[in-house]
Amino acid sequence: MDFDLSKPQQLLQQSARDFFSRECPAEKVRTLMETDTAFDAKLWEGIADQGWTGLIVPEEFGGLGLGTVELAAVAEEMGRACLPSPFISTIWASALIARTGSEGQKAQYLEAISAGTLKATVALLEASADWNPDGVQLKAEREGGSFRLKGRKEFVSDAAVADVILCIARTGDDLVILPVSRTAEGVTVTLTPSIDATRKLYAVDFDNVIIPEGDALETGYRALDAIQQATGVATIALCAEMIGGMQWTLDTTVEYAKTRLQFDKPIGIYQAVQHRCAEMVLFTESARSSVYYAAWALSENDPSAKLAVSMAKAYCSDSARETGNRGIQMHGGIGFTWEHNLHLYYKRAKSSEVMFGDATYHRELIAKEVVDEPEK
Amino acid sequence: MDLKPTPQEQQFREELRTWLQANKPAPFEGDESTPEGRKAHVEYLKAWQKKVFEGGWAGISWPKEYGGRGATIIEQAIFQEEFTLAGVPHLVNSLGIAIIGPTIIAVGTEEQKQRYIAKILSADEIWCQGFSEPNSGSDVASLGTKAVRDGDDFIVNGQKIWTSFAHFSDFCLLLVRTNPDVAKHKGITALLVDMHSPGVTVKPLRQITGEADFNEVYFDNVRIPVANVLGEIDKGWHTAIATLMNERANLGSSTYVMLKRTLDALIARSRTSMHNGKVAAQDPITRQKLAQAYLELEIFKSNLNRSLSKMSKSKVPGPEGSILKLYWSEYNQRLQQIAQETLGPVASLWDTDDGLWVHGYLRTRANTIEAGTTEILKNIVAERVLGLPKSY
Repeated sequence: MDFDLSKPQQLLQQSARDFFSRECPAEKVRTLMETDTAFDAKLWEGIADQGWTGLIVPEEFGGLGLGTVELAAVAEEMGRACLPSPFISTIWASALIARTGSEGQKAQYLEAISAGTLKATVALLEASADWNPDGVQLKAEREGGSFRLKGRKEFVSDAAVADVILCIARTGDDLVILPVSRTAEGVTVTLTPSIDATRKLYAVDFDNVIIPEGDALETGYRALDAIQQATGVATIALCAEMIGGMQWTLDTTVEYAKTRLQFDKPIGIYQAVQHRCAEMVLFTESARSSVYYAAWALSENDPSAKLAVSMAKAYCSDSARETGNRGIQMHGGIGFTWEHNLHLYYKRAKSSEVMFGDATYHRELIAKEVVDEPEK
Repeated sequence: MDLKPTPQEQQFREELRTWLQANKPAPFEGDESTPEGRKAHVEYLKAWQKKVFEGGWAGISWPKEYGGRGATIIEQAIFQEEFTLAGVPHLVNSLGIAIIGPTIIAVGTEEQKQRYIAKILSADEIWCQGFSEPNSGSDVASLGTKAVRDGDDFIVNGQKIWTSFAHFSDFCLLLVRTNPDVAKHKGITALLVDMHSPGVTVKPLRQITGEADFNEVYFDNVRIPVANVLGEIDKGWHTAIATLMNERANLGSSTYVMLKRTLDALIARSRTSMHNGKVAAQDPITRQKLAQAYLELEIFKSNLNRSLSKMSKSKVPGPEGSILKLYWSEYNQRLQQIAQETLGPVASLWDTDDGLWVHGYLRTRANTIEAGTTEILKNIVAERVLGLPKSY
């Protein structure tokens, strides 16, 4: 048993750390968050040049063909930089395409995603804000050889920069996954300003958008399965991003505790401060254990993978917030200012807390697996 | 990163499991509420450890030349796990094996090794550890038990407390003050003390659960030969620190199995217990709490495995042990509280599940105190992991 990243995995993570500290300093985050899309084309191109947009895309479609552990290792560094980018959205979409669609569709989308020329997102949530795909109501009516989409999706991340939006819709009793070009007729994308300005959320209206039936990636129970699996992969990327943010918050807080003087001493000498910092270590390291375990389980198709993803997301959701709370408290007044970078990470943690389901959502999923009587 | 066991690890596990299945002793039949019964229980446990020793499974982490197997840290974890899974009795000389034996091997004289080591593994001689005192809890180095030199002997006077196993121990690794005139860490000596020496008195200490797992030990002009100094005179503090680190590093794999057993029992009970007019397992709030207990325990296991990986490369117990102990001790308290909430008044009866929930709830109060309080462990994390300045 070896729970450490392998040498190549460590090198990959180190190169990601170097890349993002160079290409995405805090000033960049601040500039981007003031824009409507929080998107920087040049930065995205750089990420694609590293191969990371196609990190988990199979090599036959132009990707690196790496696994979820490598994905987590890179996403952790994105979180440390509080990177504004459609990375998680695109990973989510690419994981969905890889599990659905014809070979032709895979080639069409995944090659472009790997090359960095196509950005994508998934439109799952509606006004009910329910992460369970069974809750999807938006209708795709079959009409001749096409689907007609009518309705509104909400909480769609990065919709304004995504070239393709994978819309999860309902046709009869079944789900259907429909790739929709953002510029298609009848598609309207509206920014819905949220707590985290570094990752924009949008409402997407589909006003009688026509999609040829042959474009559908998948329908029925296989669509549901694929959505759950792809969301699991994206959830682990998000959780890894969260631990990067937690680590930044911890490091920054400890550094402050060593240099901030009160009563003529660095505040880090006081146990009240030390103990909050120690709790942040516990949260961050435990979150890291949960994320890498789940990433490994996903990469090995281990039977525990689904449960492990929910455990990681439940734990990261709570512990990222608790770490951020302590970070601000230990900074005192300066931690409450716009000027200090803490709030960038704090808000990111808060938006990540609810993305892909918060702790209560995942705890209920866990309860279904372990509290309910096992089915005979 | 590969969380699957290596072929060697798997082979080790299977070999041990086979041995345990073939040699598992019949349960103890005596009555532990009487002094004779308790004595018989100790003999039962000693006989079990002897069998384990003869099978070659006692002190597996020890070097081969001292009767061990030179097992890796991961094999030690597997050993703890399998022992607990098999439901066999614990090793009665656990302190001797985990802490005192390795310390003697590390700093003892050749005579001391010859005299003590083999009998630790065979359980012919049981050991306890005399560190804490009534006025020296977290601040162990402030200890006041005095040892005054008299020719070839030290004369020891003072009191120890919270001494596990003292009531049936043959020897004690005792920390005493040999020099009161220097800084407190610099005047401490470690002594190997015969518990049957004249002047040693052991009094059981009844605890919050009603049991007496610990003792007070009084030393009244006890003569200890200078040859029984472990390490150097006045340098016992280093010995003590190594010992304490071992203590924390050792609390992991068996803890996971025991906690898992408790959680499984609680979840099984929640499917039949009523809570707020519903079956507890169907109450949304109870479900949330049980799921949280489940995920926190599995994350403890991942923390443990990550630490084991790290320790097997660094070969020294680091601060990981402190982080693990911090985690599981507080977890166990939360778990017991969830059990109380889930089972309601039923949990408060000593007759329910043989007192499992009453006892568990009360016993876990000690978890955040024994083997380093939560506060001390957080200090250690702050200083050694984060490099914050020492607060005291």
